[in-house]
Amino acid sequence: MASTEADFRTTLQNWLPKLVLAPSFAVTLLFVYGFILFTVVLSFTGSKMLPRYDWVGFENYQKLFALPAWTTAITNIAIFATLYIVICTVIGLMLAIFLDQKIRGEGVLRPIYLYPMALSFIVTGTAWKWFLDPGIGLQRIMQGWGWESFTFTWIKDSQMALYTIVIAAVWQTSGFVMAMFLAGLRGIDNEILKAAQIDGASNWQLYRRIVIPLLRPAFLSAFVILSHLAIKSYDLVIALTGGGPGRATEMPATFMYSYTFTRNQMGIGASSAVIMLMTIAAIMVPYLYAELKEKKA
Amino acid sequence: MRALSITALILATPACADPSVEVMHFWTSGGEAAALGAVRDKVVAEGVIWTDAPVAGGGGDQAKTALQARIASGNPPAAMLMLGQTITDWAAEGMLGNVDALAETQGWDAALPQAVKDWTKIDGHYVSVPTNVHRTDMIWASKAAFDKIGAAYPTTWEELNALAPKFVEAGIIPLAHGGQAWQEAYMFEAVASGILGAETYRKALIDLDDATLRGPEMVAVFAEMAELRRMVDPNAPGRDWNLASAMVINGEAAMQIMGDWAKGEFTNAGKKPGDDYACIPVPKAKGDAFVYLVNSLSLFTQSDPDLIKGQEVLASAIMDPAVQIAFNQAKGAIPARTDIDLAAMDACAQATSVALKTNDAAGTAVPTFAGTHAANAAVVGAATDAITAFFNSDQTPEEAATALADAIAAAR
Repeated sequence: MASTEADFRTTLQNWLPKLVLAPSFAVTLLFVYGFILFTVVLSFTGSKMLPRYDWVGFENYQKLFALPAWTTAITNIAIFATLYIVICTVIGLMLAIFLDQKIRGEGVLRPIYLYPMALSFIVTGTAWKWFLDPGIGLQRIMQGWGWESFTFTWIKDSQMALYTIVIAAVWQTSGFVMAMFLAGLRGIDNEILKAAQIDGASNWQLYRRIVIPLLRPAFLSAFVILSHLAIKSYDLVIALTGGGPGRATEMPATFMYSYTFTRNQMGIGASSAVIMLMTIAAIMVPYLYAELKEKKA
Repeated sequence: MRALSITALILATPACADPSVEVMHFWTSGGEAAALGAVRDKVVAEGVIWTDAPVAGGGGDQAKTALQARIASGNPPAAMLMLGQTITDWAAEGMLGNVDALAETQGWDAALPQAVKDWTKIDGHYVSVPTNVHRTDMIWASKAAFDKIGAAYPTTWEELNALAPKFVEAGIIPLAHGGQAWQEAYMFEAVASGILGAETYRKALIDLDDATLRGPEMVAVFAEMAELRRMVDPNAPGRDWNLASAMVINGEAAMQIMGDWAKGEFTNAGKKPGDDYACIPVPKAKGDAFVYLVNSLSLFTQSDPDLIKGQEVLASAIMDPAVQIAFNQAKGAIPARTDIDLAAMDACAQATSVALKTNDAAGTAVPTFAGTHAANAAVVGAATDAITAFFNSDQTPEEAATALADAIAAAR
């Protein structure tokens, strides 16, 4: 009797985690992977307003890459992602190194830098939209204070509007990148640093030769997180510029939404979503591969 | 306790068997909600349960997405606010029911102008019930600004262009503009109706005739757009349309080219047509024209007799002359019916209604392009890309006409 009870408890213990995880697993399987599959299927059909299953092969992809709007979108994302990732990483690393100098008030400064991350991109976008608007924001204040010749009209300029998105996005996330680097810095063994100091390494050499190379995993995480934030950037663009002036700040995500849902070109919208997924996969798969390999080794 | 609540649930179900109607719409701003309230009051007075399903977002894009989700899950609303070719598209999908019998007994055919019937009576069936007509080719002019430079309201494009430097000299922005793609598309169609005339407008924007789209007429349209581009203040990109209207209201700017929904802003600010502002059609170089947009609630096929009854009561309420007046006083548009007395409405609405009647009879009333009546959403989207690209750059009119024709050809 006692042994069957024990058996039952072990079985239950073995099964309980699986049972509890099963619903969320099923939901993820259906709503994430199921719909990815659905989107891929749609991208090969002539779907317009509603899903339709007439096979058209690669026609949607051909049309997609012939569209000037898509060319603008991928050029924009290339410029935006590069600047965003590089600037965020540099600023994040600098802030982390400065905060790591055992300065007073670190406990106060750290959350201040991290705080923008707590805001949604919609709030960031709206706040920066007002701040950068020449009629009500920075320019007006500067001119009001007497600097009459001050102009800053990037957000109204088709050529420069994209960079205002970079500014807002960097403001939002560089604090978060700082936190990641700071965690990495705190994880470095003090013995190594002391050994280097005894060998007479300068501070600069210490960081360049030892600390930054040791931060490799943090760099990798920062890169992966920033690149997927960049590719899915939608809300920030909508709130800050609405894709304008004209269509100057159109991104793949805004393109996908408008073609799928407002222009009744679901097939083309789906194919642009697949291209975005493949871009993210091209970044994530090598990363996951490297991570898993390291764990096995 | 649980048994009790389940019983309550079962008992509650038959109570839903009263006639009811679910209305999905994007009329969430003050005036729009008040307008729909006039219909709702009438429907509720008839003993029908009204279920409101608003999806915020002025242009209706979000509502469209929500509708697609509802349809895909097999649960269409009884009535949905839709525009232009979206109605024909859903009718072609076989999703829309009709109220033909009611229309027959109430004589809708005689009450509605052809322009409205084109967008509500599809293939001989009334699948949609019109609430109002908007005119999109309008100029909203500040009387104070025109008085300041001592000029009369423009009746030709040349006059309008010549006014610009005078306004600038007087420290007034000639044209208040909201630099969003859709607003530029509406400006484009207003200019097109004025420069092309009704016949060529049809050829270019309804038949999508490639030669006309590339031709000298279209270049002339973009040349006028280039004039307007110069009248706009540098701060325009991204501005909402109602903020541009506010610039005219407070005399900061002289004119705005916008559909007659702008009137609501003037009315809410306590301004009177004639005394404070003027509502005039854009200059017409090639004969009269009237660009219209029809708002209507489309009826999705229902099988439950209570829901069908609900749809009929809704349709009857919308077409009620008193409701049409009350609705349009709140919304700032004109009634879809042209057979009712408009003495209760303001001078702007009366003039627009008369213009609709004359243009409808003369065959010079043309459907809106930007509002996806003249062409489908794919074509309008592609054209809007080209138009907004032109307006926000220093492209030449020739380049713009070519870009427009190319974009439309690719989207067809």
